[in-house]
Amino acid sequence: MCPGLSHQGHRDGQRGGEGVVELGERLEYKKMLLTGDDAVAYAVKQSRVDLVAAYPITPQTVIVERIAEFAANGEFEGEFVPVESEHSAMSACVGGALTGARVFTATASQGLALMHEILYAAASMRLPMAMAVANRALNAPLNIHNDHSDIMGSRDSGWIILFSESPEEAYDRVIQAFKISESVDLPVAVNLDAFTLTHSAEIVRMLPDEVIARFVGRPPRRPTLLDERSKSFGLMALPDTYQYFKDDHYRSMEESPPSIRRVEEEYKGISGRSYEPIKKYALEDADVVMIMLGSYAGTARMAARRMRSEGHKVGVLSLGWYRPFPKREILDAVEDADTLVVMDRALSYGAPANPLMTDIITMLYEAGMRKRIINVAYGLGGGEFTEDDARTLLEYALKEGPRREFFFYYGGRE
Amino acid sequence: MMEEFKPVRSIFEIPRKERLAPGHRACAGCGPMIAIRQILLVSPEEPIVVNATGCVEVATSVYPQTAWIVPWAHVAFENSAAVASGVEAAMKSLKRRGGIDKERPVIVFAGDGGTFDIGLQALSGALERGHKMLYVCYDNEAYMNTGIQRSSATPYGAWTTTSPFGKVWPGKRERKKDIISIVASHGVPYTATASIYHWKDLMTKVRKALSYDGPTFLHVYAPCNRGWRFDPSLTVEVARRAVETRFFPLYEVEEGKYRITVPVPKPRPLEDFLSIQGRFRHLLRPEYREALETLKKMVDDRWTWLERMATATSKS
Ligand SMILES: Cc1ncc(C[n+]2csc(CCOP(=O)(O)OP(=O)(O)O)c2C)c(N)n1
Ligand code: SF4
Ligand SMILES: [Mg+2]
Repeated sequence: MCPGLSHQGHRDGQRGGEGVVELGERLEYKKMLLTGDDAVAYAVKQSRVDLVAAYPITPQTVIVERIAEFAANGEFEGEFVPVESEHSAMSACVGGALTGARVFTATASQGLALMHEILYAAASMRLPMAMAVANRALNAPLNIHNDHSDIMGSRDSGWIILFSESPEEAYDRVIQAFKISESVDLPVAVNLDAFTLTHSAEIVRMLPDEVIARFVGRPPRRPTLLDERSKSFGLMALPDTYQYFKDDHYRSMEESPPSIRRVEEEYKGISGRSYEPIKKYALEDADVVMIMLGSYAGTARMAARRMRSEGHKVGVLSLGWYRPFPKREILDAVEDADTLVVMDRALSYGAPANPLMTDIITMLYEAGMRKRIINVAYGLGGGEFTEDDARTLLEYALKEGPRREFFFYYGGRE
Repeated sequence: MMEEFKPVRSIFEIPRKERLAPGHRACAGCGPMIAIRQILLVSPEEPIVVNATGCVEVATSVYPQTAWIVPWAHVAFENSAAVASGVEAAMKSLKRRGGIDKERPVIVFAGDGGTFDIGLQALSGALERGHKMLYVCYDNEAYMNTGIQRSSATPYGAWTTTSPFGKVWPGKRERKKDIISIVASHGVPYTATASIYHWKDLMTKVRKALSYDGPTFLHVYAPCNRGWRFDPSLTVEVARRAVETRFFPLYEVEEGKYRITVPVPKPRPLEDFLSIQGRFRHLLRPEYREALETLKKMVDDRWTWLERMATATSKS
């Protein structure tokens, strides 16, 4: 039984504790009905975080509120700093990380955009930290719903970027994020889709406090502002040295996969839940593979399952890791497919292709693979995407068509 | 809550241990550097320094060298107060968890641009949240690092590259922002102005500020010979005349009480201050007489206001 979870009776009554499930002798968890935001807040509480500096924005708000609640009740041991902006949230996280403390923030959309400047500093100063991004569209027009424009705008800041597809995965990935970031000295962003994940309650199998505490441990020692011998951080580098810093940062990202894998494997050891760079559904002999990021992958898998039962060779691949980009894994998985349907929930205006499409095409070109590829911009600003929508697209892809295609798919409107 | 602090009364009371190394790349006679050296010398404990982008930062930290003999961090231009908030809060948690024995003092050094303008929001946030830190704004009255552009700390009538004087403009057309009132209105326990010529006053204020358990703020006048257009040998003299002409009054606001710490019963003519700086010299020409009068009136009005505040708040 997990002592940290003994309190109940939250305002919406969503989170009544269910029975304790024992997995063999070692594994034990408690089933809770949690939204993605709640799940993230619990993950932060259990990960022995020293500093949370965050600013509210829909749909991330509940994360911040819940952590404040924990702090108010003495259940969160770290410091909660309710900053006056996201720019300051990220700045305070950088300051906290410079002392060697474990830090966390969460944001979305406009907030992530406001942090933009400091995201680069956090990453190139090689500061471990975790951030949850409740993916939401960017103004204009104002829209609080889900797409991936926010994180795509921060794509090149040098953060490790992970995607989750359920509240439980958000919980798991946030816990892992601390350990990953501390093992590679890079900050980690965990994405969870606005509303579809942040505000939808699902069963989360929460692990006991002690198990998580042992898993994350204390942050390993690294150079800090508190060292015996004074150190300077964030120096200016002239052109003769600047590039070495960037080279070093770039390489650390390139070399991060084994460390991320190790954390995923260790986490499997304590949770029985396995995470990998990509999620594969029915790919073995698939003619058409739909490639996706985030929560709509589950919807597409439902469509694929039904179509498989009807004899159509379709599959779904979704990315758990976005940066570093799991090239090898994707290539292996789609090698035999004829057609890829690359689903983008963000645009890159005037570019040769949208963000995910650009990655996929580059990767295929490097590997010498030529395939028919359909790039679909969909689900922008919360645009609906149902099982029928996934089916429509997959059926379209099964038919003959041009080698390259791009279109907007509005979903649920026809 | 306030601890005991030791005022600085003579030069022999200043610790010898330097915390800012010589050989940094600031201009000869750089006022901000003098201010920072003075401040660091008298901090009772070794502080952690957070520095905003600006002259001081770029002149002291070109990789692989650093002029800082204390722990030092720079992140960006507008966020030093937020970075310092994070440092301070994280230390609290680390202490609670047994990771460290005690929290260290945190001192921010930010220019007038990084404080009055782009960093004002982060500063306000940190003051309101009550983080224990000493925030020092070294005021050289313009964005010097980017080449002498106006800030909201640039005084009326001053020439800068974005407030040039010409047939229509007298130099800067707007008054200097009153940062101390803004800071004081957050209800912080201690805030003061200071200047490098009046070093005992400055050093005492540093110790007093650091003795408070909460956010404190110093607005330190720090002449810049490059930007103000005077000979590098005159930096301290310019700072002195700013006070002696009442152009930059030295005062403090302690627990809501205003006190002029360096009274100026017989001010020197303002021209004594203006005439030794290229940025103001045009004001002495006949065609800018009106602007000169405006500036003089601003200086007088401000002093009168201060005296009134001191009188009004001394009775309790
Ligand atoms: C967000 C942002 N905007 C603009 C700049 C460019 N910039 C760097 S330093 C500076 C002016 C600094 O002025 P101040 O704070 O007064 O310090 P000083 O250089 O005068 O010491 C400016 C505009 C920047 N670094 N970051
Ligand atoms: S320009 Fe002014 S503030 Fe900057 S280093 Fe030179 S003297 Fe100092
Ligand atoms: Mg300045």
